[in-house]
Amino acid sequence: MRAKFVLGEVGTGLRRNLTMTIAVIITVAVSLGLFGGGLLVRAQVDQMKDYWYDKVEVSIFLCGKVSEAQSCTAGAITKAQKAQIKEDLESLKPVVEQVYFESQAEAYERFQQQFKGSPLAENATVDQMPESFRVKLSDPTKYAVVASAFQGRPGVEDVRDQRQALDRLFKALGGLQAMALAIAIAMLIVTMLLIANTMRVAAFSRRRETSIMRLVGASNLYIQLPFLLEAATAAAIGAAFAVLSLVAVKKFLIDGVLAETFKFTSFVGWDTVWTIAPIVFLTGIVMASVAAFLTLRKYLRV
Amino acid sequence: MIRFEHVTKVYRDQSRPALDDASVDIDKGEFVFLVGASGSGKSTFLRLVLKEESPTSGRVWVAGKNLGQLSNWKVPTLRRQIGTVFQDFRLLPNKTVHGNVAFALEVIGKPDAFIRKVVPEVLDLVGLDGKEERYPDQLSGGEQQRVAIARAFVNRPMILIADEPTGNLDPETSVGIMKLLDRINRTGTTVVMATHDVAIVDQMRKRVIELEQGLVVRDQSRGVYGYAR
Ligand SMILES: Nc1ncnc2c1ncn2[C@@H]1O[C@H](COP(=O)(O)OP(=O)(O)O)[C@@H](O)[C@H]1O
Ligand SMILES: [Mg+2]
Repeated sequence: MRAKFVLGEVGTGLRRNLTMTIAVIITVAVSLGLFGGGLLVRAQVDQMKDYWYDKVEVSIFLCGKVSEAQSCTAGAITKAQKAQIKEDLESLKPVVEQVYFESQAEAYERFQQQFKGSPLAENATVDQMPESFRVKLSDPTKYAVVASAFQGRPGVEDVRDQRQALDRLFKALGGLQAMALAIAIAMLIVTMLLIANTMRVAAFSRRRETSIMRLVGASNLYIQLPFLLEAATAAAIGAAFAVLSLVAVKKFLIDGVLAETFKFTSFVGWDTVWTIAPIVFLTGIVMASVAAFLTLRKYLRV
Repeated sequence: MIRFEHVTKVYRDQSRPALDDASVDIDKGEFVFLVGASGSGKSTFLRLVLKEESPTSGRVWVAGKNLGQLSNWKVPTLRRQIGTVFQDFRLLPNKTVHGNVAFALEVIGKPDAFIRKVVPEVLDLVGLDGKEERYPDQLSGGEQQRVAIARAFVNRPMILIADEPTGNLDPETSVGIMKLLDRINRTGTTVVMATHDVAIVDQMRKRVIELEQGLVVRDQSRGVYGYAR
């Protein structure tokens, strides 16, 4: 293989179709940027899920003097019932990872903290607070196991899963992320079509050379390689821009703005960016090569 | 060297065959004229030898190989053994004489040193020494055809195919080209030349295969153009 010859052809080709080359670079950069952005959002959502699901618990609220639920008609929970619940929870290991009992006093404290300064906090009394078991699950999706065991049992006012509230949030985020990926995929398809068309034009503008190459017995590889490398080079430049924009998003948007503003949650780290970058880069090159290869197969036949 | 066994070629969407049950045997080192009116199937015959087209029925053998059984990736190897020259020269206008000939070797991966050695040799052979750095548009038609012949011959093919190589040239220049083809033939290269240039065929007294509407109507050694009629 004569590298000099092939590289010379690639350079000539890129310059000859300069406007097309620029168009390819820009669409590759935009579509891969969107694609990388979608992956970044997904990583962020996954990370938030890990972070938050790790903190969520299932709460088993127990009947107090003032409870109105049906299972509480017998009045406040008895000592025996409480002990039974505790024992049953222990027996649910390993689904149940940890059990923590929250007394009325602790509940009051938490309530005061949560609603500090509001009239709600001022009017509340310790007695009004429900006692509860706080249950941490080894797998937060196994909520049903706990619910079916305790919901409606005499002495239990309610079983509540914090996860359900989070799920709604994550569903909304998931929708956004699906939309971003859909747009990215549409853009990737547009990019492939553009590359296919560019290759068609390139093959046409060099039909004289390629027909002579065929005639003198140049192999398909030799005939197609300059075109393939041309597409791959343009794609690589576009992909480099896409990676740069990902880095910029991480540095200026995530670290510079979001992390400063929303301190309650954690954001994706550089390791995530460095995982996504090669995926984005390779996607660009593979996509361009496949589009180019399929087009060339049609237009540069032996 | 080239053998057609009952070869019929019908192009897609055409009812009349371009080549009709043609059987021809061309030996190594022969010089053969393929004559006939325009549309009689001469170019089709040559394209079948190059495997640019495949026969509808029958078999084509070139250099001992049945082209029907030659897989696509081996076609380049076949074409390296066949030099081809056309009426319209098909030179690259942005390359010099030297560049055009070297191109044929570059694209089949020959090393630089080899190219530097053989290109001047072949340019010398076709009588173009001193014009290596000219561009095609700075050459006469005859000189351009010599470049094309140099390009076809530089890799020393076993077969040289020429499709009306003198079609665009005046008679005097044509004689020069014919002398050159004859010289190449004398090196042992089989030459097959399609033409309807009566004067040239009559003068050369080589084997003549005549086609008429795709049929081989005459195959005569040391023939002339219009003998049969
Ligand atoms: N690619 C093609 N598709 C369809 N018909 C063709 C094609 N090439 C040649 N033909 C037809 O085949 C016949 C023989 O053509 P050709 O071999 O070019 O003759 P010649 O070279 O003797 O003038 C003609 O009728 C021509 O119209
Ligand atoms: Mg013809």
